[in-house]
Amino acid sequence: MTTPPLEVRGLTKSFGSTLALDRLDLSVERGEVHGFLGPNGAGKSTAIRVLLGLLRKDSGEVSLLGGDPWTDAARLHRRLAYVPGDVDLWPNLTGGEVIDLLGRLRGGVDPTRRDELVALFQLDPTKRGRSYSKGNRQKVALVAALAADVELLLLDEPTSGLDPIMESAFQQCVQDFRARGGTVLLSSHILAEVEQLCDRVSIIRNGRCVETGSLGELRHLTRTSVTVELAGPPRGLEQLEGVYDLVVDGHRARFDIDTALLDPALAALVAVGVRSLTTQPPTLEELFLRHYGDRIESEA
Amino acid sequence: MTSLAAATTGWTLLLRTFMRRDRWQLLWWSVGLSALFVSQAVSVDGLYTSQADFDRAAATMEGNTAFIAMAGPARALNTTGGQVMWQAGAVGAVAIGLMAMLLVGRHTRAEEERGREELVRATAVGRCATLAAAAVTALAAVVVAGLLTGAGLVAYGLSFADSIATGAGLALCGAFFTGSALVAAQLASTTRGTYGLAGAVIGLAYGLRAVGDVGSPALSWLSPIGWYQAMHPYSGLRWWPALLLVVGALLATVLAVALFLRRDLGSGVLAARPGPAVASPALRSGFALAWRLQRASVLAWSGGILLGGLAYGSIGDDAGDLVGDSALTEDIFGAAAGDLVDGFFAVSLVMLALIATGFALSSMGRPRGQEEDGHAELTLSTGVSRLRWLGGQVAVCVLGTVLVVAAAGVGLAGGYAMVTGDLGAFERLTLPMLAMVAPVLVTVGVALLLYGVAPGAQSAAWLVLVLGVVVLMFGEVFRMPGWLRGLSPYEHLALAPAEPFRVLPFVALLAVAVALSLVGAFAFSRRDIR
Repeated sequence: MTTPPLEVRGLTKSFGSTLALDRLDLSVERGEVHGFLGPNGAGKSTAIRVLLGLLRKDSGEVSLLGGDPWTDAARLHRRLAYVPGDVDLWPNLTGGEVIDLLGRLRGGVDPTRRDELVALFQLDPTKRGRSYSKGNRQKVALVAALAADVELLLLDEPTSGLDPIMESAFQQCVQDFRARGGTVLLSSHILAEVEQLCDRVSIIRNGRCVETGSLGELRHLTRTSVTVELAGPPRGLEQLEGVYDLVVDGHRARFDIDTALLDPALAALVAVGVRSLTTQPPTLEELFLRHYGDRIESEA
Repeated sequence: MTSLAAATTGWTLLLRTFMRRDRWQLLWWSVGLSALFVSQAVSVDGLYTSQADFDRAAATMEGNTAFIAMAGPARALNTTGGQVMWQAGAVGAVAIGLMAMLLVGRHTRAEEERGREELVRATAVGRCATLAAAAVTALAAVVVAGLLTGAGLVAYGLSFADSIATGAGLALCGAFFTGSALVAAQLASTTRGTYGLAGAVIGLAYGLRAVGDVGSPALSWLSPIGWYQAMHPYSGLRWWPALLLVVGALLATVLAVALFLRRDLGSGVLAARPGPAVASPALRSGFALAWRLQRASVLAWSGGILLGGLAYGSIGDDAGDLVGDSALTEDIFGAAAGDLVDGFFAVSLVMLALIATGFALSSMGRPRGQEEDGHAELTLSTGVSRLRWLGGQVAVCVLGTVLVVAAAGVGLAGGYAMVTGDLGAFERLTLPMLAMVAPVLVTVGVALLLYGVAPGAQSAAWLVLVLGVVVLMFGEVFRMPGWLRGLSPYEHLALAPAEPFRVLPFVALLAVAVALSLVGAFAFSRRDIR
């Protein structure tokens, strides 16, 4: 069995008295786009910076492309590309110069691919770093990363400054990259983007991984909303395990249910006779809120 | 009138904010400018013990073209007031111009470039509020500086009217350069461009009067600094040239407002030039990047220090006459070398080395700036290792230091050779100047050590430079103990040109520099990148 391109176990990192990463586990398989979710300050960027060998871990195990990112940083970096969340460019270098420079420092750029990407992202490569807007600075870093011939992309909120058209261009590029066998760690706030792109996600909170798995698996852990119209008044729903927020109005009922416990609930409904049924699968938003939201916090 | 009020709504609030942000800067600039003038009076009175001595020095100065070009028309040089105006007038005008330029640029174009002006403009303030507040901030600064200067000179005991005129003329120069900086901020679309244009105006003003004072007086009348000097403080004061400064300042400000009203937020009258779409083939390593980022600064420092060296070199042969024969002179120049000319050059070598240290330390501060701006992170996420990245920056710093020091040495010897025709100066002065690379690199080593171990405290490396200055200026005067002087890396080389080169201290200093650097680099390779 080959080692996964990215494997973190029990990673701990503190800055003074603040604990930024607290026994973090994270595993990214070859050829997948892995979503890395968490609110501001959860430790996403810290984790990525440890993975890049910019920060020194306190304890735990970190393996990147089969090597140690702290001791082998430069060698491993030739096989990956990174886009920081907050891109700041050298004020007197043009975007085109930055793209070429970063590409060469990584071991080479394919000029055709570079020009295609510049055109795709509608980037003006002759402007100087200081005159780019946030979105355009991000495009420079994205083009530099996507033009690189690498096997792993580390993207830290790469689209926070992009408009929707550029966002879809970005998604296409990531899908192409995966189709060629590449692996992506995508930290993001934009849940629609994660739902669109990611095969698996890890949710991190206070420096710990609180949930990891495919979107399907994670949906399983949360609730589905059900609206139903029955042949008669509903019976026995309130006694069922996993049913929340039940509202009964004559022959109609509306409730949320733990997705794993759908079967007994449906059986109870069928026993009365179902006239119409609408279910809504949980969105990633709900997944996210389940871990961070005040609503769910107060329930617990 | 209502439209003016509407356009500047809220400007007083902005003014208070600017004043608050700038209060320390304002204070230091003003105190520094006034000290520049008053210290001339103190040093002149300290240097010359008798009027005959003073007259002889003044005659020598009047005959030295390089001096005239640097300082201004020679008037009443055998009086304290005449010397003050001559030595400090042009330099002070340039300095107050730079202060005004930095204040204006920082509150107008820089804010616009960073997008903060947009934030302010979206609130209930008028369109011209920032412009008005920035202009008034700069004007307030130049008025304070002028007042302190005038008051300082009066307090020292110089003639009241002339001292006030010296301060007022200085302030009016500042007002003129405030106006030209305001225009520059409308023309250029970047902060760097603004400083480039405004700095060029100041440089042109200085250059025009230099050429004019040496041979073609008409040119001096094209320069605001020339107008200031034409007020003739302490040598037959006249006020009317000040009017030229007032009118010039007003015209420039009106022009700036007119340009401002005709342009969009964030744009400049001169469009930004596009740069290259692809990088040159040479830009492919950490070293190439560091050189690309620093080359302009290396060239500017080399050029500047070359001129400084020329200036020192061209007056060296007259040192005996110029500096008088007071006890203070003996302390500063003659104590170790015996001969005043040799003593003058010994001091000049260290002085130029101290100036070159300014380059070296600011160059060695670059890695930290790169780290704080996130540029280090971007570079280090590629195939560049930490040590290669830092090594590239150190290499550029060392290379630049050698170039800057060599330029100083060539300038010093060239200036001397121009005046005396003695080409042997290149051997006697340029080589000892090059040896000064060693103490400069010791300060670089301190900066590098701090960068690795405690990057937040890196600016403490400047204290080594401060120590070097203090020991050079006051070591003899205050009879500082040997161990204290020994802490200054500049005090260990042989006293050239009087003494022959000694290998041991040179090598020892380099070894210290290398050792400090290695510890710094090791610590850097073990620590977190911000």
